[in-house]
Amino acid sequence: MTDQFLYAVEVMINGLMAGVLYALVALGFVLIFKASGIFNYAQGVMALFAALTLVGLQQGQVPFAHLINAIFGTEVHHFGWHLPGLVAIILTIGVMVLLAIIIEKVILKHLVNQEPIILFMATIGLAYFLEGFGDVMWGSDIKTLDVGLPQGASFWVEEKTAILGTDNFYGFFIDKLDMVAALVAAILVISLTIFSQYSKQGRALRAVADDHQAALSVGISLRFIWVLVWSIAGFVALVAGIMWGAKSGVQFSLSLIALKALPVLMLGGFTSIPGAIVGGLIIGVGEKLFEFTIGPMIGGATENWFAYVLALLFLVFRPQGLFGEKIIERV
Amino acid sequence: MKSKLTMLTAAAVMAAGPALADLVFPSLSYRTGPYAANGIPFADGYEDYFTLVNQRDGGIGGVMAKVIECETGYNTEKGVECYESTKGEGALIYQPLSTGITYQLIPKVTADGIPLHTMGYGRTSAKNGKTFEWVFNYPANYWDGASIAVNHILDENGGDISGKKIALVYHNSAYGKEPIRTLEELSAKHGFDLTLLPVDHPGQEQKSQWLQIRRERPDYVVMWGWGVMNQVAIQEAANIRFPMENFIGVWWSGSENDVKPVGAAANGYKALNMHMPGADFPIYDDLKTYVYDAGLSSGAGDQAGTVLYNRGMYAAMLAVEAAKAAQEIHGTADITPAMMRDGMEALNITEEKMAELGLPNFGPTFSVSCENHGGDGLGIVQQWDAAAGKWNAITDYIQSDASVLDALIAEDSGAYAAENNIAERCN
Repeated sequence: MTDQFLYAVEVMINGLMAGVLYALVALGFVLIFKASGIFNYAQGVMALFAALTLVGLQQGQVPFAHLINAIFGTEVHHFGWHLPGLVAIILTIGVMVLLAIIIEKVILKHLVNQEPIILFMATIGLAYFLEGFGDVMWGSDIKTLDVGLPQGASFWVEEKTAILGTDNFYGFFIDKLDMVAALVAAILVISLTIFSQYSKQGRALRAVADDHQAALSVGISLRFIWVLVWSIAGFVALVAGIMWGAKSGVQFSLSLIALKALPVLMLGGFTSIPGAIVGGLIIGVGEKLFEFTIGPMIGGATENWFAYVLALLFLVFRPQGLFGEKIIERV
Repeated sequence: MKSKLTMLTAAAVMAAGPALADLVFPSLSYRTGPYAANGIPFADGYEDYFTLVNQRDGGIGGVMAKVIECETGYNTEKGVECYESTKGEGALIYQPLSTGITYQLIPKVTADGIPLHTMGYGRTSAKNGKTFEWVFNYPANYWDGASIAVNHILDENGGDISGKKIALVYHNSAYGKEPIRTLEELSAKHGFDLTLLPVDHPGQEQKSQWLQIRRERPDYVVMWGWGVMNQVAIQEAANIRFPMENFIGVWWSGSENDVKPVGAAANGYKALNMHMPGADFPIYDDLKTYVYDAGLSSGAGDQAGTVLYNRGMYAAMLAVEAAKAAQEIHGTADITPAMMRDGMEALNITEEKMAELGLPNFGPTFSVSCENHGGDGLGIVQQWDAAAGKWNAITDYIQSDASVLDALIAEDSGAYAAENNIAERCN
């Protein structure tokens, strides 16, 4: 095998890993859209908020410290504890569930039966509010995420694969964090599938996704389902926030990861959990291989736009996305 | 009786003298949004220095300085709105800390006659004061930065880098592309191979670029990044085990924010700077007495001594010194923006002056003139010590290569002058 071929394989593997990270973000969008028909513009900010809360709780940061100090002239910043990662994650899940309840009570409850565009606009407002709220609550500084995730190249993989090529091939580079992310994504998808197929709440969720009115008529509480699905989306946002935050530190640009999910959603469909995963993988591999092969000829930095080109190409043949539901409306 | 009262009132007003308005220094800051972590320390340092001058010295030449802060969110449109909403307050100088905002403000400040100071950013060819009457970029500009990085690499290699490979990892924007032309010229002059690796905004995903670096094994990587791009690049460099001492960022890629999230793996990473890092300067004693302990700190008061806090403080110090020069030239404490520009063109920063200000060896010595709005193009290289959690200056001030840069500046400013029908001044 030539070194060039081996490097192409390396790029493909890393593309798959990047795709998993994109899919983690896309999953949150899919869950909410599937259950309520809302395109949740705030999903990226939810990932940011979840990661900020996780670090804040773990490091014992006093919420709203800046505001409290400014009003009362105090100097409080930290509680003085440092929580284990798992405890902080569990507490953060609690906060995300609380957030879901508040969102349902304050926003969604009042917008039942409104046009989808109204609900979409509400989530834009939610995104801006949540970003500002996170800022006031936890501050704008860049925070280091430390929940014990491994980082850096896997030496074992490098050593074992270096023999495949010549001296100019250094073995496959695979980031350990990406491997963990792939494992977590797999567990997440399996868990969500089992939950939606075999649990009572999961079946109710699918019923609401299929037909709101019919679900209501058999006694399923739409409000409970909304809280449930926003809680799950909050949990998925936390997972995405942890994985992306581990790469760059937890900072406000984390909310921009939503941009990486859009082509994945276009390609995979807005209503399919497997679609989000497969879409993520196709986008990840496609953009990385294009950058590797064509990028150097046209000046590089092709990934952002090529992801959308790839998604649009798929849409030409399957407008509903690879796994999306085909909508036929007769007049 | 009525006439007596009128005379008394008139006499009292005359005795009091004309009331002087505050000297206004707008701060186009960004404390929110994706770049807030960098905007906050700069804004805090900028405001704290003016607070110090007011509290300790009673203002500038006896007139209090007033900082009007306007939030831009690092958004160009908002930056222009901030300019429009504050210029009527008597603004003496603008320092927007954004190349995008700078490009939009250049024609506006030129029309309005208000100085614009873009320290180490903005339009590089604004160094040519013959063309850019109202724009300044001392003490150094982007092209100085590229040249200083190459000069440092030359120093490390005994003056010969022919055949070496240098990769530029840059933010794929007007800002990130700034050093390319200079590096191409320097590549031709010194014989090194230059590889260009653009990273799209915001820079959270850089796997392709760093896999390419891992494949091609450049001897050095130079980075032109900002915000999240910096942290991710340093993390990716650590992931592929690129030697950190051969990884050099521009001064906008060299704050604590860029290295701390990476932890111990960032140890040894280098960055340029146009001033010294740290809080080991006498001015910090004054800041403690007159600002921090007096409860007058800007923001949360937790940024003192960081690289970007120092830069904000340095920017304010240069503005204050220019205002003092303007007051001296025109013999009045109540200066106008046009007088401020005269003060900036007469600015002469000596080591004696820096020591007097409590900032010995903090920044380079340089002078500004009608022709030269960019200073002398000096910068240092600093290196991150992860264990100690601080930047250390590892070189003295390095001079950029004027033999290459002057021609580029003349070419670019000449094209701008031709496009905008600007006649050369300073003749």
